[in-house]
Amino acid sequence: MSELLLQLQDLHVHYGVIHALQGINMNIERGTIVTLIGGNGAGKSTTLRAVSGLLRPTHGSILFEGQPIHQLAAHRIVRRGIAHAPEGRGIFPNLSVEENLMLGAYARNDREGIRSDRTKSLALFPRLAERLRQRAGTLSGGEQQMLAIARALMARPRLLLLDEPSLGLAPQIVQVIFRIIRQINAEGVTILLVEQNAHMALSIADQAYVIQTGKVIKHGPARELLTDKDIQKAYLGG
Amino acid sequence: MTTLFIQSLLDALTLGALYALIALGYTMVYGVLGFINFAHSDVFAIGAWTGLLTSSLLGLSIVMGSQTVEPRGWEIFLVIPAAVLVCGLLAWVIQRLAYAPLRDAPRLNVLITAIGVSLLLQNVGQLPWVFGTDPRPMPRLIENPLLFEIQGVQVTLLPMLTIVAAMVLMVGLEVLIFHTRFGRAMRAVSMNPKVASLMGIPVDRVIDGTFVLGGALAGAAGVLFAMEYPTVQQPASNTWVLLGLKAFIAAVIGGIGNIRGAMVGGFLIAFLERFGAAAQQFFPGIISFDTTVYRDVYCFAILIVILLVRPAGLFGRSVVEKV
Repeated sequence: MSELLLQLQDLHVHYGVIHALQGINMNIERGTIVTLIGGNGAGKSTTLRAVSGLLRPTHGSILFEGQPIHQLAAHRIVRRGIAHAPEGRGIFPNLSVEENLMLGAYARNDREGIRSDRTKSLALFPRLAERLRQRAGTLSGGEQQMLAIARALMARPRLLLLDEPSLGLAPQIVQVIFRIIRQINAEGVTILLVEQNAHMALSIADQAYVIQTGKVIKHGPARELLTDKDIQKAYLGG
Repeated sequence: MTTLFIQSLLDALTLGALYALIALGYTMVYGVLGFINFAHSDVFAIGAWTGLLTSSLLGLSIVMGSQTVEPRGWEIFLVIPAAVLVCGLLAWVIQRLAYAPLRDAPRLNVLITAIGVSLLLQNVGQLPWVFGTDPRPMPRLIENPLLFEIQGVQVTLLPMLTIVAAMVLMVGLEVLIFHTRFGRAMRAVSMNPKVASLMGIPVDRVIDGTFVLGGALAGAAGVLFAMEYPTVQQPASNTWVLLGLKAFIAAVIGGIGNIRGAMVGGFLIAFLERFGAAAQQFFPGIISFDTTVYRDVYCFAILIVILLVRPAGLFGRSVVEKV
């Protein structure tokens, strides 16, 4: 049994009167890739937002490395070691690629470490290295997604939250991005991945949670869910 | 003719520097919070009054039109920082008490609150134990010796000082915003506060800092203004409203939210105002009406033109407001 990195316990989130998360329980082990799959509006992104502090849960708790973080503001959660590459990439269009990257390391003070992480991130995404001085808004969709991931890595996170990294990208680019996600994981970063492309997600993940209307309806090893009849019918188009 | 031209140029530069300093406060706050801080012109007025009161505290005052103590020169280094401090602090208090609780409220609510804060400052400022309702003369802080003369225009120290001080502040701000960590955080917040917080940027503190910066610049501008135009009007006077409005227009013309745009807009408005006012003297045969009385009209006219031709302002990028 390996160590638990993140635990969600009976997590509830409301958007005004809308009860978006209705008691989510989740255990994420260190060093794994865990994916959340489910239809539109099921609560996948909401779960990520609650973890990174963009949303305040109305009930329940979130433990990261055993410490409760659900009362912390987003900018403090990053400092604990969780980076979130949000839905829609959230790059800063009027800033240069370089400035976007450096903002990822905003919470850090170790110049040496930042420099080496910058080198590492750029080695992971050589395309970005060629475009450091360019305005981030002029990048293609795939490059913006790469920037979003590279920027999140600049925080040197122990947990990386990825929200729909394949959205709107050409199949080849999606392949590249998923290969890199696996590479990041191999270096020891735990990954919580939200994806519409369930097939892709299940094929790289260790564990998977299926979310429907704010509840976990199924979870288990990703390999098993990939062959599960109900899951195939509902999310894998087969 | 050259004399008139150089005189107008000098006036426009001095006034433009002041407009630009005030415009920066409007544009920075709009950049991070997306609303017009109507209380900004009142902070500017309070800057001028702080300058006046600190000068009196330092023994400088004016009785029956003559200065009781001649300025020793060093007072300026206390008076401007005092106004910068007071206005920076005031802007911070306004942000914390009035705007911060409304962070998630619709922008219209914040806008109306800003008008409320403006009225509050004006009316509190008029209380007899605050600034009162009478205009007061600003004591001289420095001698105003003749520096040089070109084409019959006597260039003295004071306007030059105003221009140089404003330039120094603007260059400082430019460096702060485009070349420091805080500046990068500020620009990130102005583009997307949610994502900025995911980067570990303390958004609330960056917003507070933005208000302090804007207030500090307005404070400095207030003292420089009072030195240049030494009759300090009471805090609810039209003078302040009009100055604030013109600086606001400068910010809009430059592209609201755009730092460099606000600087250029400030000078542009001032040039238009000064040269517009002098237009009759430039073209005596062609323009037969008195152009000076319309000097406030020109900047509003250019506002209309800009809004028609380039609604996002000279330096602004038009963004589709998402609903």
